[in-house]
Amino acid sequence: MTATDLTRLGIAEALDGLARGAFSARELATAHLEAMAAARNLNAYITETPEQALAMADASDARRAKGEALPLDGIPVAVKDLFCTKGVLTTAGSRILENFVPPYESTVTAKLWAAGAVMLVKTNMDEFAMGSSNLTSYYGPVVSPWRAKDDPRPRVPGGSSGGSAAAVAAAIAMGSLGTDTGGSIRQPASFSGIVGLKPTYGRCSRWGAVAFASSLDQAGPFARSVRDAALLLRAIAGFDPQDSTSVDCPVPDYAAGLDGDVRGLRIGVPAEYRPAELPEDIAALWDQGIAWLRDAGAEIVDISLPHTTCALPAYYIIAPAEASSNLARYDGVRYGLRVPADELTEMYEATRGAGFGAEVRRRVLIGTYVLSAGYYDAYYNKARRVRALIARDFAQAFQRVDAILTPTAPSDAFPLDAPTDDPIRMYLNDVFTVPASMAGLPGISVPAGLSRAGLPLGLQVLGRPFDEPTVLQVAQALERAAGFDPLGALAPALAPAK
Amino acid sequence: MLIRGETGDWEMVLGLEVHAQVTSQAKLFSGASTAFGGEPNTQVSLIDAAMPGMLPVINEMCVRQAVLTGLGLNARINLTSVFDRKNYFYPDLPQGYQISQYTQPIVGAGVITIDLPDGSTKPVRIARLHLEQDAGKSLHDQDPHRTFIDLNRAGVALMEIVSEPDMRSPDEAAAYVTKLRAILRYLGTCDGNMEQGNLRADVNVSVRRPGEPFGTRCEIKNVNSIRFIRQAIEYEARRQIEILEDGGTVEQETRLFDARKGETRSMRSKEEAHDYRYFPDPDLLPLVLDPDWVEELRRSLPELPDAKRERFMRDFGLSAYDASVLVAEKETAAYYEALIDGGRRDPKLAANWVISELYGRLNRTGTPIEQSPVGAGALGELLDLIADGTITARTAKDVFDTMIETGRSAAAIVEEKGLKQITDTAAIEAAIAAVLDANPDKIADYRAGNEKLMGWFVGQVMRATGGKANPKLLNETLREKLKG
Repeated sequence: MTATDLTRLGIAEALDGLARGAFSARELATAHLEAMAAARNLNAYITETPEQALAMADASDARRAKGEALPLDGIPVAVKDLFCTKGVLTTAGSRILENFVPPYESTVTAKLWAAGAVMLVKTNMDEFAMGSSNLTSYYGPVVSPWRAKDDPRPRVPGGSSGGSAAAVAAAIAMGSLGTDTGGSIRQPASFSGIVGLKPTYGRCSRWGAVAFASSLDQAGPFARSVRDAALLLRAIAGFDPQDSTSVDCPVPDYAAGLDGDVRGLRIGVPAEYRPAELPEDIAALWDQGIAWLRDAGAEIVDISLPHTTCALPAYYIIAPAEASSNLARYDGVRYGLRVPADELTEMYEATRGAGFGAEVRRRVLIGTYVLSAGYYDAYYNKARRVRALIARDFAQAFQRVDAILTPTAPSDAFPLDAPTDDPIRMYLNDVFTVPASMAGLPGISVPAGLSRAGLPLGLQVLGRPFDEPTVLQVAQALERAAGFDPLGALAPALAPAK
Repeated sequence: MLIRGETGDWEMVLGLEVHAQVTSQAKLFSGASTAFGGEPNTQVSLIDAAMPGMLPVINEMCVRQAVLTGLGLNARINLTSVFDRKNYFYPDLPQGYQISQYTQPIVGAGVITIDLPDGSTKPVRIARLHLEQDAGKSLHDQDPHRTFIDLNRAGVALMEIVSEPDMRSPDEAAAYVTKLRAILRYLGTCDGNMEQGNLRADVNVSVRRPGEPFGTRCEIKNVNSIRFIRQAIEYEARRQIEILEDGGTVEQETRLFDARKGETRSMRSKEEAHDYRYFPDPDLLPLVLDPDWVEELRRSLPELPDAKRERFMRDFGLSAYDASVLVAEKETAAYYEALIDGGRRDPKLAANWVISELYGRLNRTGTPIEQSPVGAGALGELLDLIADGTITARTAKDVFDTMIETGRSAAAIVEEKGLKQITDTAAIEAAIAAVLDANPDKIADYRAGNEKLMGWFVGQVMRATGGKANPKLLNETLREKLKG
């Protein structure tokens, strides 16, 4: 097999190949490291870790030789730079952590390595996971491997897990880790033509992942197939006594029962996700998705989630409020950037002013404001009540349906140079993903087709808490019906667009 | 207590917020040690240092201690409580917020009884008790230009115990802290060590004309001894009265107590007060207690000072004063109970010995009772020697001095120094005869009606016998001889 062939394998196929001895983990890692080096123009990386990758691959080969292969042994993956990795620079896409090397390993990455996966790279991301475009990274924007049909302008990969999404779409990694707070896995998956899964809040440990909004943040996988996403999820999910919000319930073998059989499942289609301004191609793809599921034997049920329109405003109160507090620790005192000054307050101001980019500063300001005396009840407390109503909407809907189908995002990938001076317009990218985040529900984005411009579009499947199996099942039915090529970005030139 | 001002009487109104360090091996949300006195920054976990991605996990021991304390304060235990973040920037606060409890504390309203110097008692209501993290320590004296930070204390569990404004004098405030401290120490939930800062108080002071509504209060932060609490209150009440009598108004503010000058001074005004932006900590779920577990703790409560004092008075016939002294410190009460050995030894005699003899000697060297060179068992043996007539009470005091000095047993000292009481009639008669023979004039005096001389004769004979003569035998025999 050529190196290119190796990078185009799915995880399940690669595990087969490794098991058969068709190639070694080292060969697999080397092929991906070459692809990684060839695609630096995407700016998808913050820190490449080729030495670790080869060492881990060799260890993997040694295990396999002894007949002790682990579930993901030898599978090369990319890791969002939000996850602390022991001895490896971890920046969260921010200048304020430009020199931060954690002496500890996050729980989910530790679980990935314990399953035999091989770390290739720490990927670029929106600063502190705040963004939907990867334009807020201190380390520069990530370029999507996708291009529109008639428009050569570079496109964003979505965000905030933009580097992780681009790496999988560009065949640099077989899978990757992202985090999703309001859509930061699902939206870039949609923009990048791959599968992105946000598990139920509490399904994966947050320990060692740099916090953005603690009540919303959740780790999850990107992959080029639903099955591969299921394999990765199984490796990273599970209770962690070090995270008080992680939930102690068994982790099923998500891939084992996966056959895309949706016969008899009731699929909800919420009226509120079809605003008048929804682009026609997205509305059409959604209708197509509904038809595919109906054809596959599912029952389609019209539902209402009445508080949907309140979700985005409430999210943009709760998430910044938590962020304003979570980011207080970056003060120049113990680690990370310090801009010296004569007085303490000056040092704080200089450090945080230089260390945080504009979007992070904006959200810290918003969050500080909504928690302030006199405004707390009007903003933060009201947003919490709205959040409870959103959760109730879903709970009621899930008494009637087994899963919900919506578009993932209201647009396809926009050009890097699209105007970004209006933050509200940017925030609207999350309009379909935020409600499930507020309710803590699992959601997946499956690539289902191309936009009028020829860019990927995803469909989102939402499920009951901890019902990832049903979510995956519906996603696989869509995947099968859509026949979308997640490596489509590479198809014309067999290389990432320059 | 009323204070006389230039324009009439004033009454002070006092409420206290006591910060008590929870006795626990590990911190409130991390596994780092809470031991006092470690080298700076040697007891700091990744969580305490607020490294990126670190998460708090509640220490069950600290919850248990808070619930025990709530039960000891006769307070309501809230089966659901919530941890909030109190946000502010300071270098010794690594997270940029303190995890505390704001609207839903673990313990609600309670009440304790305080003992006042005149022997009366008074209830003081507890408003609430909540759990929170301590901050680290800023070291300003290590370098001329820089401040150093020691995070050993950062994250240690504190109980903030808030009283209602029920106290009206420095005595009452002192009695409140004394009683609270005793209860905490009995429960083993706080060691009460004020010198190490393990128990410190914010004192809220206001003044008013008797019968009028509360005045504006000032909060004096972090006062760390009962003496300073008294001084701070006295000074602050005077200050406020002077302002009011001059026609001014008291500004609500936070003040510091300067122990060297014995005065309070402004720290920050109400306008400068922090906006802490409290909100529920999203890293922690609400703390939900199992009612059965709480009941189990209630059943396991040790006997507390008030109950113990009642029992000492009832079962041992002690005076209220003696009983109060003995129960004030858990260690004293334990010593006393070991000494009387279940009532086998005379409780009143034992009380006298602990309060007068033992305390007198320990105080001279500043030795705490738990480090007394003479343990309860050894002192008990001494009391037994008095009870069985082996030595006189007077001899016993000398023996006790030697015990304190040498740590040797009473029996050994009595044996070695030949201090056994003389109960031999002939020996006592001989000693009496010698004294009488030497003082014929005094005998005449006595027989002429000056019976006060009896005591003088007893003293002479005692001196001659080295204090060892059996007092009863001596008295009887002497009286007989003096009759002539």
